[in-house]
This record gives sequence, C-alpha cells and structure tokens, in this order.
Amino acid sequence: MNKLLLAALVTGALSAPAFAADYTIMAPAGPGGGWDQTARTMQEALQAEGISGNVQVTNVPGAGGTIGLAQFATQENGNPNALIVGGYVMVGAILTNMSPVSLDNVTPIARLTGEAVALVVPAASDIESVDDLVAALKADPGAVAWAGGSAGGVDHITAGLIAQAVDVDPTQVNYIAYSGGGEALAAILGGQVTVGLSGVSEFASQIEAGELRLLAVSTDTRVPGFDAPTLMEEGVDVAVQNWRMVAAAPGITDEQKAAITADVKAMAESATWQSALETRGWVDTYLDGDAFATQLEADKSATEAILKDIGLVQ
Amino acid sequence: METFDLLAQGLLSALQVHNLIYALIGVTLGTAVGVLPGIGPALTVALLLPVTYKLDPGGSLIMFAGIYYGGMYGGSTTSILLNTPGESASIVTALEGNKMARQGRGGPALATAAIGSFVAGLLATLGLAFIAPFVVKFALSFGPWDYFALMVLAFVTVSAAFGDSALRGLTALFIGLGLGLIGIDLQTGQTRLAFNVMDLLDGIEVTTLAVALFAIGETLKTASDRDQANTEVTAVKGSVWMTLEDWKRSWASWLRGTFIGFPIGAMPAGGADVASFLSYSTEKTFSKKPEEFGNGAIEGVAGPEAANNASAAGTLVPLLTLGLPTTATAAIMLAGFQQFGLQPGPLLFANNAPLVWALIASLLVANFMLLVLNLPLIGLWVRLLTIPKHWLYAGILTFATLGTLGANGAMSMGFGPVRISFELVLLLAFGILGYLLRRFGYPIAPVVVGLILGPMAEQQLRRALAISQGDIGVLFSSPISIVLYVAAIIAVGVPMILRLRGQGGVLGQLATDED
Repeated sequence: MNKLLLAALVTGALSAPAFAADYTIMAPAGPGGGWDQTARTMQEALQAEGISGNVQVTNVPGAGGTIGLAQFATQENGNPNALIVGGYVMVGAILTNMSPVSLDNVTPIARLTGEAVALVVPAASDIESVDDLVAALKADPGAVAWAGGSAGGVDHITAGLIAQAVDVDPTQVNYIAYSGGGEALAAILGGQVTVGLSGVSEFASQIEAGELRLLAVSTDTRVPGFDAPTLMEEGVDVAVQNWRMVAAAPGITDEQKAAITADVKAMAESATWQSALETRGWVDTYLDGDAFATQLEADKSATEAILKDIGLVQ
Repeated sequence: METFDLLAQGLLSALQVHNLIYALIGVTLGTAVGVLPGIGPALTVALLLPVTYKLDPGGSLIMFAGIYYGGMYGGSTTSILLNTPGESASIVTALEGNKMARQGRGGPALATAAIGSFVAGLLATLGLAFIAPFVVKFALSFGPWDYFALMVLAFVTVSAAFGDSALRGLTALFIGLGLGLIGIDLQTGQTRLAFNVMDLLDGIEVTTLAVALFAIGETLKTASDRDQANTEVTAVKGSVWMTLEDWKRSWASWLRGTFIGFPIGAMPAGGADVASFLSYSTEKTFSKKPEEFGNGAIEGVAGPEAANNASAAGTLVPLLTLGLPTTATAAIMLAGFQQFGLQPGPLLFANNAPLVWALIASLLVANFMLLVLNLPLIGLWVRLLTIPKHWLYAGILTFATLGTLGANGAMSMGFGPVRISFELVLLLAFGILGYLLRRFGYPIAPVVVGLILGPMAEQQLRRALAISQGDIGVLFSSPISIVLYVAAIIAVGVPMILRLRGQGGVLGQLATDED
C-alpha cells in the first residue's frame, strides 16, 4: 500500500496548484505542442530573469484552444496573475467551433513569435516548384491532396488562400486533416498525399536530409536557413504567418495591463528568451499595444472571410 | 558488426553510475504514474522538462525513456489487481488478469506481465537497434486505406470473440461507436453531439470511460449484490510464482505479442491500444485452452502486456529515424531533444551517434531494472487483495476519482456558486452505465473498443475516400490492405467452420462476461 500512497503523493504534488504564484500561464493544449512549449519557455525565462518569482503552467487541451480559452475567460476574470498562451489557430477554431468565448473576452497582451507555413512535397514527387503545383491545381483541384493540421487551422487556411489567389474555387481544395505532429508528416513521406503544409520547423530535419522538397514558405520574407522562395516571389499573392501570443484575463485595470505588458516585454527582450528562440527555431515577431490590436483585428476579419470561402463557416 | 560496436559503447556509457541513477529514477517515477489512471508518462515528462534543462542531455533522455517504459508497465498492476486500467493499453490486461487475480492467481498474472514486458522490451529494443530502418519503411508505406483495413481486422477479431450473444456484444460495441462520434470532427472542424457543452468538444476521454465502466461499475455491482459482497476472495492460491505450466503457456504469447506490438507501435497511426487488442484476439485464436478465455487465461495477460511494451519501443523507431513523434510522450521527448539542441530525424544517427546508442542501451538497462524492481514486489502487491471488500472498493473509488481529477481537474460545471468537475460527472454517469451493462449481462470491453477504434477507422476511411475523390476501389488497391482483409475473413471464417463442426460451445463461453 505504501507504493500506492507514494504514487498518490507524487501525483498530488505534481498537479497541486501553487499558492504563491506570481503568474499562472495556461497552455490551452496538451503537453508537448507549440503552445505548451511557448508557455513552458516563458516560465523558464520569467523565472531565470527574475521577472517573476514563481510561475506555474497548466494545460487545458482541446478544440484548437477554445476549451482552455472559455475556462480562462470565465474563471480568471479580473485576476492580474493569470496569463494564457494562444495564437492564430485559435482565431480559426473560435469561428469553426462557434465558440461562445472569443479573443474579445480576454485581454491580448503581445504577439511573441511567428512561424512560416512550409509547402513541401516528397523528394520523389514530380512537382518541382510552386508553378508546377499551381498548374496541377488548375488542371484538377480535387486531384491535389493537401495534408496538414486540423480543419480550419492555419495550414488549411493557407491552402484555401493559395487556391483563391490562383483563381481556383477554394471549396474544391481537397484538404486532408491530420491530428498534427507526426501523422501528416508520415502521410507526406509515404507519398499518400500530393503536398504537405506545416510549420517550417516541423519539416526542418527532413528538408535538410533531402527527403522533402521545400517549394515555398508562406511569410512575406524568406526564412533564414532555408533555401526557398516566398509564395509572393513565386507569383502567388499570399502571406500568412502562424503567430503565437500571450493574453491576460478579462476585467483587469489599465494599470494592471500595463504592468503585465512591461513584464512580458522584459521577458521577450531577455537573453534566456532569445537563446530559447534560437534553439527551438522560432522567429521573434514581438508586437504589443495598439499595433498588435490592429494586426489582430485584421487577422480576424481575413480569417473569417477565407473560412467562409472554403465553406467551413456559414 | 558496426552496430554491435556502437551498441557496446552505448552500454558502457549507460552503465555509468550517474546514468544508472537516472534510469532508476525514470522507471520508478514511470511505474508510479502508470499506476494512476489518467496521469500518463506524457504529462510527467512535460513537467520534468524544465527541471532537466540544467542536467546533461544523455542523462535526462535516459530518464525520459525510463519513465516511458515504466509507465507502460505500471498500468498493468492496477488492471490485474483492481480491475482499474491505468491507461488505454492496459484495458485488455484487465479482462483476463483480474479474473486470474480473483482466483488467487494474481501472482502469476503479475509475473507473466512483468516478464512478458521484459522479454518484449528486450526484443523490441534490439529490433530498434538493428532493424529500425526497415521497420520504418514498412510503417510509412501504410496509407489511410491500409489503416482502415487494419481497423476492420481489429473490429472483426474482437467482435468474433463476443461469443453466443452477438446481439449483446454488438449492442455494447455500438454504444462505444456512438460515444466515439462526440466532439469536433477533425476533417471539417464541426462539432458533433456536443450539445454546446464545452467539455465535450474534445470527445470522451478513453481512460475516463474505461475506469468508469470497469472500476466504478464493478463497485456498484458489488455493493448492490449482497451475495457477491460477502464472498471471500482468495488472495493467493497455490504459488505466488509462475508454475511450469504457466511458463509453457506464456512464452509463445510473449513472442507473438512482441511481433504484433513492435511494428504496430512503429506505425504513425498505430498505437499500443490497437496492438494490445490484436494480440488478445490472436492469443484467443492460438490458445490450446480457448475455453479459459474470459475466466482468467494467462495467455490473455502475457500477449497483450508484451505487445504494449513492444509497441512503446516501436514508437521510438520513427522518432529516432525520422523525427516523427507518433504518441504524446514521443512528442514531448522530441521537445526534450530540441531543448538540448539535438534535431531528431534522418541525420540524428549520423550527427549524434554516441548519444543515440547510449539511449538505446539505457532502454535495455531500464527494462532490466523494471524487472528487478517489480518481481520482488509481487508478493506485496497481491496482499492488496486480502484487504476486506468494503475497504478495497472504497479505496478503488477514491483511487479512480483521484486519477480522473488528476487528468482533468477543471471545475467546469457549476450550479450557482458550487463548482463541480464535469469529468467526474462523466465518470459517475459511465459508472452507472457500467453497472447496468453488468446487471443485464452485456459485455463491457466492446464499449471501450468502439470508443478507441471507431474514430480511428472513421478518420482513415474518410481520408482514403478524400484522396481517391470518392472511388471506393482505393480501399482494396494495395497489397497490404488485401492481406489484412484476407486475415479478417479467416478470423471470421474459422470460428464459423468450427461452430458448424459442433464446437460452438467452446466459442460461446468466450468473453461473454469478462467483467
């Protein structure tokens, strides 16, 4: 029975909330994903730089972050110590899931990182360039199977935008959703789909080993370290980046918001954060205040428009 | 021979005292978290990642691997003794293992699980060292149509075991399939059957359903049945250790389990639960005493336990050779690699050979440690069964509730100021379902099987049809899928022929009451 007790104690200790936390960061996703890693890297940087004495990370997985978001918005109202990590995927998920809680129900603080979506084909594919892909898409949109993350996410949106930009009906896009991580990559490597979409860093080692061919990246500038053009350079008028952000609770005062923004800014400029970005292959796209609010609004309306065009949102 | 040299060097490095200590910490922690339902190795590794940042890369990766192996093993103990599966891969173990425990054969059940896990872990780790590149090629060649065929095989073989009341078995299966539809549909992003309950958006958690049906349902059944509540359970009948006959019946099952588990673990959409289901039905087919299935057949513990450990090693094949994480734990281990500036993938073996081989070698060491740690404890574990029933079942209830809260402690439901956990409400509701199923003689396992396999089969079928643009022919277009369908037909056909030859009575007894 001792062992059972021990197990219970270990688990209890691991899952017990801390009482004197300066910040509690919610990662609205399971352990291991991008948001979880962002939250845990923030935890490390905030503590190592002495910005905050005690930072806890909690995971509330599911539904593109909307489950965590809803819980955060209802339970942390007015709490200046609560933060939540989120990102572009959440914008789409809120729309497709018809979530009762949106980003208007929290206090966005700053955009932290951004990542380009990579457009890849297996090395053996006869598609050599974006032009070849566009030609195939125009010839028979249904015959081009796109593999990427969950429906309505940034990968799906990118596929829809590309189709739209080359005058192909976005509802014809044959998008195959995978539950992320390795599954989509396996389908691309196995040659079961035509083209794959995911964050550049997810494909980095396969691109380096020559098993995948990188056709283009989705951002408006090239990604350092990768020898590939942007979609814009290839004549496809699409620029998308999968950004990640941090938000605070609803109902906090302006002073509290300013204090949190100052802490986040100090963290984002710190050496710990910067070196973590480098090892993880994230690009610093820090943006706060009104500039971030404007960008967020623009992304929201653009996302809603394309999801309607794809037919995922009525 | 180069591989042997590298492995030997790896072993030397893994046998250094500090690495041994990391491995020991890893397997101990892993066993502990595997025991509790809901708390898995994935969460444990995630929590430890920031702690290990300052440690040396080799040591922390060795510890993570130990947690992973330990977690796969730990789940079997509670499955066997308490009928409370700690994770989805141990559900099958509960079927025969708990029956054995009630007959006073908990000792041999735990022993065959421990030794089977060891044998499978050993063979699969050697497989990882020597044939990983071939296995990964095979695993990658599986398209959605092949996965769908694999799911059909799993459904067919598992349902073939429903015995004489196909209606009851299928009813239970369809409850599971129905529950599997709840949540956001991956292909379209639309919600199904969630009724605007946020907690249902992500579907029903398999461990919550399994713990509720097995543990809570049984507790209610025992409490409601005066006769059953008063019957004495013999904790130990005969030897605590495996008899010669147990060994004879187990060894082939361990090997079969390993051969099923390793390649399925390596498949990006495989997984330990699928492997354990297939192993269970294989054991039933091969067993010389199929009539014992459902009443505590040792093969039904030996095979699936070997399969689930072998599949844990299988998961590392695509992770180390391609940088492909195929389970949550593997995804976090990938994050662990990146934290130390290592990029798993095709170039990892070339760029960081010493570290990779030290990791593989330490898996062998961790595997051995698990055996040493667990075998002597068996005598202690089985004493759990001598606890008086009212204490034991109260303990099981506490344990199941604690585990569920640990996995998802969100107090997301509220009546006025009182907040309660939706996950616990689900646990109790499914517990009552489990009680009713038992009360009216419906099997429990098909419900869980339906919940696990249903969504997988659906997604793969829809992917296959989307890629082929609606052409059903794609399902039968690859050699792999044809082989799997032929196997499924044999699995259905052989029992039917047996039945026609008048041996139906044997099959009738299979798994109709595996509670």
